[in-house]
Amino acid sequence: MIVGELSREALTGGLADGGLRLRTGPVVTRIQSRFPRVAEGVALHYADYTLEDTDGFADFHVRIAPPRSPRRWLKPQVYFHFDGASPFLPLPADQAFAMLEWGLNWCVSHHCHQYLIVHSAALEKSGCALLVPGAPGSGKSTFCAGLVSRGWRLLSDELTLLDFDTGQVVPLPRPVSLKNESIAAIGQFAPSATLGPPVHDTVKGSVAHMKPPTDSVRRAAERAPPRWIALPRYERGASARLTPLSRARTFMHVADHAFNYDIHGRRGFELLADIVSDSDCFEFRYGALEDAVASFDSIAGAA
Amino acid sequence: MNAVTAHPMLLALRDPAALTGLSVAQWETLVCQARRTNLLPRVAVTLDGLGLLPQVPAPVGAHLEAARTLARAQADAVRREVAYIDRALAATGVPIVLLKGAAYLLAGLPAARGRMFSDIDILVPRPALAEVEAALMLGGWASAKTTAYDQRYYRRWMHELPPLKHVSRRTLLDVHHAILPTTARLKPDSAKLLAASQPVVGEPRLRVLAPRDMVLHSAAHLFCNEDVGNSLRDLVDLDSLLRGFAQESGFWSGLTVRAAELDLTRPLYYALRYVAPILNTPVPASVLGEAEIGRPPPLLRGLMDAIFLRTLQPDRVGAAANLASLARGSLYLRAHWLRMPPLLLACHLITKALRREQITAH
Repeated sequence: MIVGELSREALTGGLADGGLRLRTGPVVTRIQSRFPRVAEGVALHYADYTLEDTDGFADFHVRIAPPRSPRRWLKPQVYFHFDGASPFLPLPADQAFAMLEWGLNWCVSHHCHQYLIVHSAALEKSGCALLVPGAPGSGKSTFCAGLVSRGWRLLSDELTLLDFDTGQVVPLPRPVSLKNESIAAIGQFAPSATLGPPVHDTVKGSVAHMKPPTDSVRRAAERAPPRWIALPRYERGASARLTPLSRARTFMHVADHAFNYDIHGRRGFELLADIVSDSDCFEFRYGALEDAVASFDSIAGAA
Repeated sequence: MNAVTAHPMLLALRDPAALTGLSVAQWETLVCQARRTNLLPRVAVTLDGLGLLPQVPAPVGAHLEAARTLARAQADAVRREVAYIDRALAATGVPIVLLKGAAYLLAGLPAARGRMFSDIDILVPRPALAEVEAALMLGGWASAKTTAYDQRYYRRWMHELPPLKHVSRRTLLDVHHAILPTTARLKPDSAKLLAASQPVVGEPRLRVLAPRDMVLHSAAHLFCNEDVGNSLRDLVDLDSLLRGFAQESGFWSGLTVRAAELDLTRPLYYALRYVAPILNTPVPASVLGEAEIGRPPPLLRGLMDAIFLRTLQPDRVGAAANLASLARGSLYLRAHWLRMPPLLLACHLITKALRREQITAH
């Protein structure tokens, strides 16, 4: 069964009672919440995702809930609960869905050490993956949303999972997190994209999520080998420019952006070295999404 | 005490071979409980030792592998960090006694297998404290507690320096001069611990506590510490130590005498009282009899049974969860009660209540 097949009552009731077991790529998370914003966010962004049976295995159990204090009514707050603990400070209740998204990222980045996990977007075209590792503010998510809305398959926006046996990207497609000016930029660039309501005054400023394309969600089991690595840099007014980057520097950059490179030791080094050796590596500056997408379309077309 | 056996986490510790009979739902509960108690890598290592990993459902196996990778990396990091500490203190000539996890690891004890590590603890003679701190500062360790209150709290009342953090590696180091706070009611003599400490094979300056002292320290840590979240892990440490040392002849016979020398008969009594029924640790009846010298008054003992057995159960829901939470809260208070006189305690808890530190989601 997929989320979109549930009536709104069934979805809200499921989240409120025993929780829903949502499959995202290789991960199943049981999500519980009574917050309408969580139900709305799940209904909108996860409509195409599979719900697992209650007798299946859930990797993580999360709950988005109000505090047991007057702050459930007065300037309401929301907590993220995981395994019975709440690892983060509470947020204002209107950020409930964003907190779920950040919490789900945390679950994966802190526990799924069977993979090398890189803070990177990953996209697929012609059977090959493009990795876009980047710090917040580099324009990674905007670029990712741009490519996704022009036919690239979304493998992941935030967390690229790399499989040790095959060196392939294990897709974990989830909503793309857009911040501040990017929200309007994507709204203009891709009028048909589905964006959730923006929430303001988060630690990252204003945040809105973009629903992943149905095709990316349905094909989440199809892995792809990395073929290109591009380090993005958004510069207002700049024309798109790709500059080849040495493999050594690319390696260091990707290792810097890996969540768990340090715990894998030699195995992590070798996996990353193989991936970087097999990829074309670039620095990529862009000022307009149209140019940016065209550059990578031509690279993928030439491959 | 039979209720505790129903939990998958306790089953994993008592009878790991029986885990292959778990349903998917029970495996799911086990992963949650093990993750929460920092024992998931321990489960992985145990199942591997029994050759049972291939029989584990695939999604569970992925968690076990991930946890093991993390624990292995932490063990490597601890070894590396101990080498740095050793190097930083070499010129002082002060012997370094490793405590807890780092000691189990460097001494090659079974208690280190699949154990998670958070910081490193060392014990040095109190007169050498200033010299040790200065040498560590030169090596790049700086106090992780920056407020005047924290500095005073540790330096005047605690058994350790304010925790140190290495400026580039971000690793944590606790430098102890005793195993319980200066203000605590129980006063184990550090000089006795240091005198009985033993060298680590192949490490000229590193030492660990003698086997009995290691057990007694583990017991003191479990039953006097406010770190209630790790209680089950601490009990597992104790179980592993006892099982390991039981092989050495004469270990059991001197345990209670040593507890009396170190003013730790009460923690030893509690340790043996809970570790045997919960983890099936084989403790000779004669030792249980001798340990009775540390027995608390009946009313207190009843209360402690109610509290400890609740906090040592990994996962509870509904009313049971509220009781467990109350039990954890009372243990936290008890730990503080044991470590400070009442007035000092009241001042300290008020100061702490006015500040809260947590991390933010992003």
